[in-house]
Amino acid sequence: MNPDPTSPDAWVDMLSAVFMIVGAIMSLGAAIGLLRFPDLLSRMHAATKPQVLGLFLLLASIGLQMRTWWVWPVLLVAWIFQLLTAPVSAHMVGRAGYRTKHLHRELLTSDELEAVVQKAAARAAREGGSDDGRGD
Amino acid sequence: MMNFVLVVTAVIFSLAAAGAIVRISRGPSLLDRVLATDVLLAILGGALCVDMAVNRHLNNLMLVVAISVIGFIGSVTVARFVADRREQPNES
Repeated sequence: MNPDPTSPDAWVDMLSAVFMIVGAIMSLGAAIGLLRFPDLLSRMHAATKPQVLGLFLLLASIGLQMRTWWVWPVLLVAWIFQLLTAPVSAHMVGRAGYRTKHLHRELLTSDELEAVVQKAAARAAREGGSDDGRGD
Repeated sequence: MMNFVLVVTAVIFSLAAAGAIVRISRGPSLLDRVLATDVLLAILGGALCVDMAVNRHLNNLMLVVAISVIGFIGSVTVARFVADRREQPNES
């Protein structure tokens, strides 16, 4: 497309091409992780790759290709909202997975939630047991 | 070079979407399917981004912003109402 391979334009093109390919590979990594990992929590680990770093690389490649400055705030808004909302869904899915026991306990190295759950269950039993543990 | 990038990313995104769809169809629990659906949505947003970057237009930018703003609502809603209906607890 560009006859001079050492011009800044060609360098920006090259950088955005690398960003696009690496961002696409993030999606492929997420898919491979979804297929090969053994339980829900480790699949959740793989699933966040295209949501944060992949989206960042692809949005940056848009900004580099457009070669304008006004598009960067819009891209930043898209990325910031993704950063804000991805933990919400991850928290809800992980919480539901823990409560419905979609996890292999033998794969965990530590389970800090277990003590909290035990304490809450003991307190609920002490206070009459009308609450069945889903206290929200 | 941009055409080469477009072909490579199209192949990679197709493989990734196929993997996510396989996990949606196989996934032993509802939460696995929800998670794979989130990944499929992220792949779709990424494909929109690549299309915009290669063809140098911004037609889909608001769609990408909207996906990143409200894309989490589906998985949150489903995760709130998930129940345990399996016989063996460790079959995931």
